[in-house]
Amino acid sequence: MNPAVRHFILTFFPHNVLELGADGAIIMASLAIVFVLTYFKKWKWLWREYLTTVDHKKIGIMYIIAAITMLFRGGSDAILMRSQLAFPNEHFLSANHYDEIFTTHGTVMILFMAMPFVIGLFNVAVPLQIGARDVAFPYLNAISFWLFFVAALLFNLSFVVGGSPNAGWTSYTPLAGAHFDPGPGENYYLIALQITGIGTIATGVNFLVTILKMRAPGMTLMRMPMFTWSVLITSILIIFAFPVLAVDLALLLIDRLFGAHFFTISAGGMPMQWVNLFWIWGHPEVYIVILPLFGVFSEVVATFSRKRLFGYGAMVVSLLAISILSFVVWVHHFFTMGAGVGVNDFFGVSTMLIAVPTGVKMFNWLFTMWRGRVEFAMPMLWALAFIPTFLIGGLSGVMLAVAPADYQYHNSYFLVAHFHYVLVGGTVFGCFAGMYYWWPKMFGVKLDERTGRWAFWTWIVSFNVCFLPMFVVGLMGMTRRMYTYPAGLGWMPYNFVETIGAYGMAIGFVLMVYNIVYSIRKGERDLTGDPWDGRTLEWSTTSPAPEYNFAVTPVVHDRDEWWYQKYVDKSKKEKPVIRPIHMPNNSGRPITLAAGFGLAGFGFVFAWYVPAILGLLIVLICLGARSFELNTDHYIPVDVIERTEAAAGRL
Amino acid sequence: MASNDTTKHGQHHQEAFPWKHIIGFLLSLVLTFGSLWFVLGSHLPSQAVISAIVILAVFQAMIQLFLFMHLTETFGPNYQQFLIFFAFFIAFTVVAGSIWIMAFKSYVA
Repeated sequence: MNPAVRHFILTFFPHNVLELGADGAIIMASLAIVFVLTYFKKWKWLWREYLTTVDHKKIGIMYIIAAITMLFRGGSDAILMRSQLAFPNEHFLSANHYDEIFTTHGTVMILFMAMPFVIGLFNVAVPLQIGARDVAFPYLNAISFWLFFVAALLFNLSFVVGGSPNAGWTSYTPLAGAHFDPGPGENYYLIALQITGIGTIATGVNFLVTILKMRAPGMTLMRMPMFTWSVLITSILIIFAFPVLAVDLALLLIDRLFGAHFFTISAGGMPMQWVNLFWIWGHPEVYIVILPLFGVFSEVVATFSRKRLFGYGAMVVSLLAISILSFVVWVHHFFTMGAGVGVNDFFGVSTMLIAVPTGVKMFNWLFTMWRGRVEFAMPMLWALAFIPTFLIGGLSGVMLAVAPADYQYHNSYFLVAHFHYVLVGGTVFGCFAGMYYWWPKMFGVKLDERTGRWAFWTWIVSFNVCFLPMFVVGLMGMTRRMYTYPAGLGWMPYNFVETIGAYGMAIGFVLMVYNIVYSIRKGERDLTGDPWDGRTLEWSTTSPAPEYNFAVTPVVHDRDEWWYQKYVDKSKKEKPVIRPIHMPNNSGRPITLAAGFGLAGFGFVFAWYVPAILGLLIVLICLGARSFELNTDHYIPVDVIERTEAAAGRL
Repeated sequence: MASNDTTKHGQHHQEAFPWKHIIGFLLSLVLTFGSLWFVLGSHLPSQAVISAIVILAVFQAMIQLFLFMHLTETFGPNYQQFLIFFAFFIAFTVVAGSIWIMAFKSYVA
């Protein structure tokens, strides 16, 4: 065979049983989706109702579905890794393949699972909680979603076309530089993150403006629901943190594609600068994926304890404190870089300080439950599981903050256990709590409690079986990212137990999918719009909410406005006057624009500049066309609103 | 659509001619080419060039904030001033912090 053709085939197509299997599965799944959509004649429906929508509720649903599929992908990576490490000296995966898998596991879970899940919850709940009709910039919101979606596709494409990135989710230079890591893998990482980052910054701007400018009359900042508060603070973190990542990614991409030397020490660059910039983004990022879930827990704990949230003011102050402190702790991710005693001391102390506002929040949740009538519904179970899990994660974090001791823990399985306790215990449990809590609002059906509990207990037990031994094996000296280990170190029993836990979590995931499918078919329909006897405005409208959210914009008198309307306010309400509602038009342009970004990104990955420029041209044309578009909105006439409300039994 | 137009434009005060934008545009061009000249055309020592372009960049940022980004205009509470202060805090932290952290380079080299 011609060597050039052989080289092309070897770089472009997988040559390993697992990758070929994944390839086949992707092709089969795509064909199945196309077949189902064609057979049931759903293409038009899909295009009209979802692909072109600018409705925040539908965008939120798409975010959450995409996040769950990415949870499956990242989880499959985890299963492969744990299978490899179950026994010593296993070579089920080669070293390079293992490197690719832990890299994609981390990247997918943080940027393509946690972020979209959290942003999906923003979309589902925030406009409803503040009594708005949509977000401030609905068209931009659709662009944000499609940019994330295309970036996720591009990143996953790396698995079957050209090879995955393999320098870790932190992609440290010089390892990730062109010299040590040629090939398209790292380019996929840099470009996919860049594309999804643009969408995330836009989301941050969108929700900041939405919350500051579009609250219902009477809703002062100190009457906002706690979830909305946490989204406000998170949006500010996004706006200030993500541009740093964008710059860092761009610098490394210029290094790799155009031969610059920002991070090459032999040419006067500084590889440690990558690490520094990465964590200037990276630390606020972990708060970006946890603060909104703190908001979710605040809502869930108050709702299911039948009490007002304890210490609302303290909660707000601690959110603000966390947001400021989160920008001055980043060095604790690389104490061992050797920046000196002064630097390490400063960042060690600032890291420990962050435990104070977090502890305040913990006590506030506990005091909210204190003497409340606690109901153990599914969202509350996840919130209760969060508290001890996150506490273990947080306290081990304080141990890691002690810089001299960190030289022992650094990059060991102790660290792996720590961040999984905070990220799974905080972010994933929080996403599940939010999903179970707002599911009736999204789909008009409650997720089944009985099958939900099977999934819950399987998850909780398996999670601890998987990650608790990691603290021990980490202190015994096992470092993260090792693809195999010799026998006789005493690590094998711990690793074997961890693998059992990982498979248990996979079973938990399957049970959760079963829970969702079962509930869609047989779950309890929510006809009231208020299945949990909720406290905030999203429960005052129907489930699912109509396109325009509220027939009449609510006027807010109290922090728990819906509770106030239900139980406190005894005044006779006048029949409200319905007026035409101003709504944004759907548009096919966001998905086209994102496809342009995808094409350009794919071109840049392989340094093929024809598709790259073509893709960027599509982007520019879409941006230009939007600038000249005059017909961007419409009014829903009164009779349509009256018919919709009457159908929901609200008139 | 008449009622639609009044609601849309009623809240924005229309200027006769966008003088602010024209002046801002010209000034930002002058500052951009100025810093380009300092790097390419002037033969000053590099310390002086860096100081000069940093000063020009601060003016550039001011022009963007006041002439294009409506820092002083507001309907309702003036959230943007708090956010600008926060931005200054972050910028200071990132720049000064990075210089401090990266100072170890001098011991290594």
